[in-house]
Amino acid sequence: MGPFEYFEPATVEEAVSLLKKYGEGAKILAGGTDLVVMMREREIKPRYVINLGRIAGLNYVHLDGDKGLRIGALTTIAGLERAPELKSSYRIISQAAARLATIAIRNMATIGGNLCNAAPSADMAPPLLALKGAVKLTGTAGERIVPLEEFFIGPGVTTLKPDELMIEIQVPAVPAHTGGMYLKHGVKGAAGLAVVGVAAVVTLDIRDSVFEEVDIALGAVAPTPIRAKRAEALLKGQKISDGLIEEAARVTSDESSPIDDVRGSAEYRREMVRVRTWEAIRGALKLAKSV
Amino acid sequence: MKQRLELKLNGEMREVFVEPWRTLAEVLRDELGLLGTKVSCGTGDCGACNVLLEGKVVSSCLVLAPQAQGREILTIEGLATPEGLHPLQEAFIEHFAVQCGYCIPGMIITAKACLDENPDATEDEVRLAMSGNLCRCTGYVKVTEAIMAAKEKMKKSVSGTGYGKGR
Ligand SMILES: Cc1cc2nc3c(=O)[nH]c(=O)nc-3n(C[C@H](O)[C@H](O)[C@H](O)COP(=O)(O)OP(=O)(O)OC[C@H]3O[C@@H](n4cnc5c(N)ncnc54)[C@H](O)[C@@H]3O)c2cc1C
Ligand code: FES
Ligand code: FES
Repeated sequence: MGPFEYFEPATVEEAVSLLKKYGEGAKILAGGTDLVVMMREREIKPRYVINLGRIAGLNYVHLDGDKGLRIGALTTIAGLERAPELKSSYRIISQAAARLATIAIRNMATIGGNLCNAAPSADMAPPLLALKGAVKLTGTAGERIVPLEEFFIGPGVTTLKPDELMIEIQVPAVPAHTGGMYLKHGVKGAAGLAVVGVAAVVTLDIRDSVFEEVDIALGAVAPTPIRAKRAEALLKGQKISDGLIEEAARVTSDESSPIDDVRGSAEYRREMVRVRTWEAIRGALKLAKSV
Repeated sequence: MKQRLELKLNGEMREVFVEPWRTLAEVLRDELGLLGTKVSCGTGDCGACNVLLEGKVVSSCLVLAPQAQGREILTIEGLATPEGLHPLQEAFIEHFAVQCGYCIPGMIITAKACLDENPDATEDEVRLAMSGNLCRCTGYVKVTEAIMAAKEKMKKSVSGTGYGKGR
C-alpha cells in the first residue's frame, strides 16, 4: 500500500479545500473498510489520503418529530445498530446495520462510506431508498441536497463531485401505521455481502385496509441499488390481498437486472428477489398494523 | 515520510515512527514486536488481526497507523496480569479450544469485546459476535464452550479488582 501523503483536516471546510487542491489524486478516508481493502489490493493508488475521522460533529443520529431523521455521515454502522432513535419508526435502518459485515468491521465502517462507495450490494442503501432518504453534500460551490435515488449512478459511481463530501443523511418523518423491513439474502450468513437485498416500507390506511404508500428498494441486483417503481405503483391505493402481494413480488423481480457472479446466478437472484420481496412486504405490513 | 505515532498500548505509552500507509497490524508486529496479533487475510474477512481500539474490536489490518494516533489499544499481550492469565485465556486452555492457535488471539480479543459489552451474553449472542472470526482447525464448538465458561468466571470477578471493563 502507498506511498501517499496523509491529511487529517479538523473541519469540513479544511477537508473541502484539500479536495479542491488535490483533485482526482485525493481520496477521502472514513472508516477505511472499503478504501483500505482497495488500496491493499492495488485497485486504486491515491496520492493523497484525507482522513475525516478527526472532524468533530459528523457522528450523530438526530430525531426531530415532523422534520424527520438526520444522520451524520461519519456515524458508524455499529452506532446505527445500537441507536435508541432507530428502535421504532426507523427500525429498518438499525436492522440493516446489524446485518452489515462483522462487528469488527461495523465498529469502523461509516454510513457515509457505505453510500459513497456505491457498491450495488451496499446494505444501507435499500432501507434509505425505501424511506425516501436524501444526502447532504458540501463542496467548493456550497451545499446541496440530493435524493438518494439520484445519488447512485453506477457501480462505485455517484453524483459526488471531486471536491465534494457527504456530510449528512436525511430521512423524512414516517407517517403513522408505517412498517419497514429489510431482508438480506446471503450465502454466508451475517458476514457476507448480500446476494439480494430487499427493503419494503409500507404505510397503511387502517380503516379501509388499503396500501396508502409502498416503497420497495433492492440491492445487489442492478448496477446500483434501485427502487421497484412498477411494483410500488401496483400496490399503492389498492386493497390489501395476498394475490396482489404475490403479483407485486413478481413485478419487483422483473424490475431487477441481476448478473451472474460468484455469489449467485442471475436466475437465482431474480427468484430470490421475488421470494424476499413477498416476505418483506408481508413483514412490513404486519409491523405497520402494530404501530 | 515517517511520522511520529503515539499509542497507549496495553496500558503503556509507546512511540514509533512509521509511514502513514502502514497498518496498525504491521506497526504492532513489525515495529513493536508484538507478534500475538496475527495477519491472515489482510482484508477484514477473518478476524485474526482483531484488537481493541478504545475498547471496541476492530480489524487492525484495515486500520491505518495514523488513525490510531493517541488512542488506546489492547492486544492479546495486554490481557494477562502479574496474577495470571485472563479468564478467557484460561478457559480456552481448559476447554481445548486451541489447535494451531493462529486464530486464537483474535478470537479471545473479540470474545472480550463481546463480554465487556454484554456480560450476560447468551450462546447465540456469542456465536453472532464471533461470526467474523474464522478458524481452520479447532472449529467453533469448543471456542463457544470456552467463552461461555469464561463468562461465568468473569462475572464472579467483576466486583473485585479483576477483569471487568478495561484491562
Ligand atoms: C470483511 C468486510 C465485510 C463487508 N461486508 C459488508 C456488508 O455485508 N455489507 C455492506 O454493505 N458492506 C460491507 N463491506 C463494505 C464496507 O464495510 C462498507 O461499505 C462500509 O460502510 C464502508 O464505510 P467506511 O467508512 O469504511 O468507508 P471508507 O472505506 O472509508 O470509504 C469508502 C468510499 O467512500 C468514500 N467516502 C467515505 N466517506 C465519505 C464522505 N463522507 N464523503 C465523500 N466520500 C466518502 C471514500 O473515499 C471511499 O471511496 C464489508 C467490508 C469488509 C472489509
Ligand atoms: S487479517 Fe485482518 S481480518 Fe484477516
Ligand atoms: S486453531 Fe488453527 S486456525 Fe483456529
